[in-house]
Amino acid sequence: MPFEVSDLAEMDAPEKEYLWTLNFGPQHPATHTTLRLVLTLDGETVVNAVPHIGYLHSGFEKLGEHLDFNQYVTIVDRMNYISPLANEIAWHHAVEKLLGIELTPRCKYLRTILAELMRLHDHLLNVGTTGLDLGAFTAFLYAFYQREKIYDIVETASGQRFHTSYTRVGGVMFDVNNAWVDKVRDFLKGFMPVHAEVHRLLTRNRIFIDRIKGVGYLSPEDAISMGVTGPLARASGVLRDLRKDEPYLAYPDLDFKVVASKDGDCYGRYLVRMQEMLESVKIIEQCLENIPAGPVNIDAETHIVPPAKPAVYRSIEGLIQHFEVMMPNRGYDTPRDEIYAATESPNGELGFYIVGDGSPRAYRARTRPPSYIHFAVFPHIIKGHQLSDVVAVLGSLNIIAAELDR
Amino acid sequence: MSTEDVLKSKFLDDTLTFSQFRDNRRVVVPAAKLQAIFQCLKSDLGFDMLSEVTAVDYLEYEGATDRFGVVYVFINVATGERLVLKTFVNDPKPTLPSAYSLWKSADWLEREVFDMFGITFTGHPDLRRILTPDEFTANPLRKDYPLKGRGERHNFPVVTRAES
Amino acid sequence: MAMKDVPDNIFMTTLDAAASWARANSLWPMPFATACCGIELMATASSRFDLARFGAEVMRFSPRQCDLMIVAGRVAMKMLPVLQRIWLQMPEPKWCISMGACACTGGVFDTYAVVQGIDRFIPVDMYIPGCPPRPEQLMAGIIALQDKIKHGGTLNGTEFARRDHSTGPVPFDKDELIRIREANEQLISLN
Repeated sequence: MPFEVSDLAEMDAPEKEYLWTLNFGPQHPATHTTLRLVLTLDGETVVNAVPHIGYLHSGFEKLGEHLDFNQYVTIVDRMNYISPLANEIAWHHAVEKLLGIELTPRCKYLRTILAELMRLHDHLLNVGTTGLDLGAFTAFLYAFYQREKIYDIVETASGQRFHTSYTRVGGVMFDVNNAWVDKVRDFLKGFMPVHAEVHRLLTRNRIFIDRIKGVGYLSPEDAISMGVTGPLARASGVLRDLRKDEPYLAYPDLDFKVVASKDGDCYGRYLVRMQEMLESVKIIEQCLENIPAGPVNIDAETHIVPPAKPAVYRSIEGLIQHFEVMMPNRGYDTPRDEIYAATESPNGELGFYIVGDGSPRAYRARTRPPSYIHFAVFPHIIKGHQLSDVVAVLGSLNIIAAELDR
Repeated sequence: MSTEDVLKSKFLDDTLTFSQFRDNRRVVVPAAKLQAIFQCLKSDLGFDMLSEVTAVDYLEYEGATDRFGVVYVFINVATGERLVLKTFVNDPKPTLPSAYSLWKSADWLEREVFDMFGITFTGHPDLRRILTPDEFTANPLRKDYPLKGRGERHNFPVVTRAES
Repeated sequence: MAMKDVPDNIFMTTLDAAASWARANSLWPMPFATACCGIELMATASSRFDLARFGAEVMRFSPRQCDLMIVAGRVAMKMLPVLQRIWLQMPEPKWCISMGACACTGGVFDTYAVVQGIDRFIPVDMYIPGCPPRPEQLMAGIIALQDKIKHGGTLNGTEFARRDHSTGPVPFDKDELIRIREANEQLISLN
């Protein structure tokens, strides 16, 4: 199957010969990964943009039909690799809703901390690379250093630095200890000065503002009609945050604000992300103060989580429970029903539609990826802007190609 | 008046099946009435966001009578209400009306369903393959398509070191 | 001129060794970053790990300026023709690192859309395992590649001429071969 620019012909009208066509991607540094745009330009003004996607399509949803609920978490990880744990939490949130499992309070708080750490993770990268694409290299290095610290934290909890595969149906892989809690506290202490530093570097930087202020405007009506969620929608003034609207995990107990802006442009999105980081820090601090003691997994009697290792080695009940979970022909009773469940991932509403057929694997595991919806908005908001604004708008949309193509 | 009541009063002689599972409120509608129900949801009930369109292939599902189920998730942004709507279509030519004229987000979501399941949407402005290459002939998420494909992934010329 | 007449600060070497030494220590990578490994590649280049210590930090995104392609992440069947074209655009001498399990073998993605190892279709000089490899591992891979260049390189690249067949595995699965033939026939009948 040779590589062809097949869609150019339909865009070229003969009377508009002064228009020219530019192929952007799929291998281009400003696309971060594998996006491709075919731009029609009048001089430097973008007249039309046709996105082509699928350059990283890897059959995630097909794989989801062949792996069980705990195995598929390793695949879900690789979907949004900027914030892997947020995907795991979303996936197991949907599975637990399908199975009707209520988590333990400690697990809820722990997952909330991790979800908010991932929000920091994502927004740091987004702010850093937005600056990098517009020529401000320093903020990128600051952001990446903080990301390394978050990597350390999740590595301490799970043993893996990047793709943690940390959550399990009904709990997590291992519990964390007090040293880990102290580590998160230390990180938050060091994070605040860096956040202020990035503010000083970018927020009132004249070049940065000139490049992104008023660029890529998205009106609230269009945002709703196009299904936009997350920081993008909130930057356009759509007050929608699943953490408040459909509370899950420990969010009902916590005190935090939904950040929004009326600007609707790239600068507004940047400011919303910067402010959301502060709210995330607030949430993590509250969780760390209030994290309850007790077991992190649900009761092993339910035959959903394996029992603790000492119980397996020292008691016959524990051994039987272990086998009940691990044997391929046993496992849990999945209802023969379908569920849609969504969480507020850093990028927006990350939902899963799962069809259960009684077996421990999904009959259909559909992802509702925020990046996919957001990239469809791109041609709409780029029209009339300059070629150099393409990079700025792409950066502010925060498209993750693996989540886009799955 | 709740969403269910409004839908029941509007479509008296049609078989709308309402159900609830966990916090999902669901309705199953006949495919023939889909366009009218879309119109009602958008203008009368205020569901202004189409959050998700997907499909399920029930080929190997025990006890299923229809081949494809197409699922829509609607959100009313003002009230935060969510509705899961489902309809069934069958081979040989699964066809549904497009929701693009009412919700713009249907554009890419319907293209993906077309690409992955081969369900066509009449009235869609630009129904092309989106994730797989243009030359691709199969619909990968159908249950009769194997996980490892039919060899498309290895159907390329080889570049060796001596010739590059 | 006898050896004793040579001043102290003159080194004697072969032209091949001198060229390889210079090439090995000034690699210009082209990050072909498609997925997760690309983020680790970025982390390797940024402040904590600092790839600049090994003379390979000049990331150039244009293939015409580079001599080392780092394929970081899985390559889908839609992307492979792009990868081949970019590889052909790079000037000689050039090397290729296959970073991560997905680029080496397909990794966890044994599905219809993912190429099961890029070495089936383009030549690869160094494989780095891991999903994704840690930055330390990527650096170890680059150092190993430098070593390979220093010890096997020639001035006019004659060592490449011998590699005239694909180094990767051919599809070993008999069913897969049959499926490929069927897909080919289907394509021909459609056109």
